[in-house]
Amino acid sequence: MEKFENMTSRVVPLPIEDVDTDQIIPARFLKAVTREGFGENLFRDWRYLSNGNPIPDFVLNDSTYAGKILVAGRNFGCGSSREHAAWALYDFGFRVVVSSFFADIFRGNALNNGLLPIQVSEAFLQEIFRAVEDDPSVEIEVDLEAQIISLQGAGQERFEIDPYKKMCLQNGYDDIDYLLSQKEKIEAFEKKAPRYFMMGL
Amino acid sequence: MAGKTLFDKVWDAHVVSQVDGGTQVLYIDRHLIHEVTSPQAFGGLEKRGLQLFRPKQMVATPDHNVPTINQHLPIEDELSRTQVETLEANCEKFGVELYGLGHPFQGIVHVIGPELGLTQPGMTMVCGDSHTSTHGAFGAIAFGIGTSQVEQVMATQCLLQNKPKSMRITIDGALQQGVTAKDIILYIISKLTASGGTGYFVEYAGSAIRKLSMEERMTICNMSIEMGARGGIIAPDETTFQYVEGRKFSPKGKDFEAAKAYWSSLPSDPDAVFDKEYTYKAEEIQPMITYGTNPGMGMAVSGNIPTSEANTDSFKKSLDYMGLEAGQAMLGKEISYVFIGSCTNSRIEDLRAVAEFVSGKKKADHVTALVVPGSKQVESQAKAEGLDRILESAGFHLREPGCSACLGMNEDKVPKGEYCVSTSNRNFEGRQGPGSRTILASPITAAAAAIHGKIVDVRELI
Ligand code: SF4
Repeated sequence: MEKFENMTSRVVPLPIEDVDTDQIIPARFLKAVTREGFGENLFRDWRYLSNGNPIPDFVLNDSTYAGKILVAGRNFGCGSSREHAAWALYDFGFRVVVSSFFADIFRGNALNNGLLPIQVSEAFLQEIFRAVEDDPSVEIEVDLEAQIISLQGAGQERFEIDPYKKMCLQNGYDDIDYLLSQKEKIEAFEKKAPRYFMMGL
Repeated sequence: MAGKTLFDKVWDAHVVSQVDGGTQVLYIDRHLIHEVTSPQAFGGLEKRGLQLFRPKQMVATPDHNVPTINQHLPIEDELSRTQVETLEANCEKFGVELYGLGHPFQGIVHVIGPELGLTQPGMTMVCGDSHTSTHGAFGAIAFGIGTSQVEQVMATQCLLQNKPKSMRITIDGALQQGVTAKDIILYIISKLTASGGTGYFVEYAGSAIRKLSMEERMTICNMSIEMGARGGIIAPDETTFQYVEGRKFSPKGKDFEAAKAYWSSLPSDPDAVFDKEYTYKAEEIQPMITYGTNPGMGMAVSGNIPTSEANTDSFKKSLDYMGLEAGQAMLGKEISYVFIGSCTNSRIEDLRAVAEFVSGKKKADHVTALVVPGSKQVESQAKAEGLDRILESAGFHLREPGCSACLGMNEDKVPKGEYCVSTSNRNFEGRQGPGSRTILASPITAAAAAIHGKIVDVRELI
């Protein structure tokens, strides 16, 4: 996983609620056996007509908007556990997703791939949407160390992140590195746990 | 000190160690894998030069991407074939038990786990699939994970987790005739919304839940994720023990007795405290359907689409997509597809209910009806009971097992703009094929829609 770098970036607004992972990456594009290339089909059915032509008023096809920060309505990433959703967002170039609420599995998948989900208040989210509507070139600054997200020329908010996950993002560590360092404890646990449920295999 | 919940008891028994903050190392007893979310995890393992830590605690089956006809022939779609072959090759190389296409145990992961006795009370179980919540019906902690986590479990049999908050949903009383487990869960989600359970693990309790069969309990736990919850769990009881006993991987003889004694200690203590509680009356639940593009947008089949939220952009966008209007009734709405299947409702009791309802009737001419069993065992059982013939003469075709039109990864898709009454769990835009319009319902409501060619209230027909 790559280290997360603090950033100042323009934003891509997607003021829709309950964006599910089937929209982020439809199932028919999950047939790959590697992690690469999913960005091409990010928001496929909102972005392209069935003949492959871009839908001009979808935000990813609108050159008015750009940047590494996606700002979306509440309950972003609900539905399927497909990590392909996080891969697609990352592959497309996003490094931060801002919403007033995230689905659990998506949040975890994002963090495991160096994509920072920032949960802000509904009021701040709406302020961002208004600011981008007024001026599409407005920028947002994300400071992971201080856990602060600031909207250029306007307010800022502190966001929460699990201290362990923060450390992983800042250093580019995967959970797997940590877990592998725990092998002895895991083996000790296996010896003492009630194993009724392990029978039969 | 307050007593422990069922969830606490199972969780606490699996904590290996504590990391900084609230993060814990959680031991995973059983890991199910399928072809779509495992290849990159195997790939990651190889890149790091690692082996599987506990291959015997894993079972694999292809389900998401498989055709539901002619499974004995090579898969036509090249990408799908590659994915299924990659699963086979990885299982061979890493030593994982695989129930491949054509194997008598193949099927949707969440159908075969319980069927084979792989799912047992008191376990922790994961799979790279959000509907792993299904297995919670047995009093196991079961939840879906992403591919990076699949790799972590492969490498260490553990996950880093923060303990979720607890919620209890109690349903007391008796269900009306024609109201099923699917209606209970659609009702709950319509009350709590598609995000109302986020951050929680839900215990379902109450007299109405206790009366349900294991298959019905699975239908309920299956859809926990549809309100955002990590999972659902139901206390193990005699119904659970009877179901588990005698299955392929269940403990046998004295071991079973010992296990049963342990499992009997798991239900929530009477003084256990939950972070959130909801209580509903079973009598008030009617046959349910959805009208929108998330499972929280559900209502009684005889109701009208709500007008209260009609001004919000997301609600408008959703109804536009569905070609419906706020305030409109759904009864009598013409439909052209019916899908009976998915890990929510493709077990033998579902097929029996459908066959019983359609027996001696004929589906409407303009309706295409797909019945896809959840597993090879369900398919064989259905045939042994003659359900295939009943279905056939009513104009329904019993196919071979897989996820099928639940997510439209194979060729079983609903065309653009068509309405499909589906027993699956998600009505997201395009879920059943680009432009498809999904109406979620119970197996009998779906069967009735196929017969009448429109949405009907089953209470008037049985
Ligand atoms: S049947 Fe549908 S919900 Fe269930 S595992 Fe398959 S795709 Fe997922």
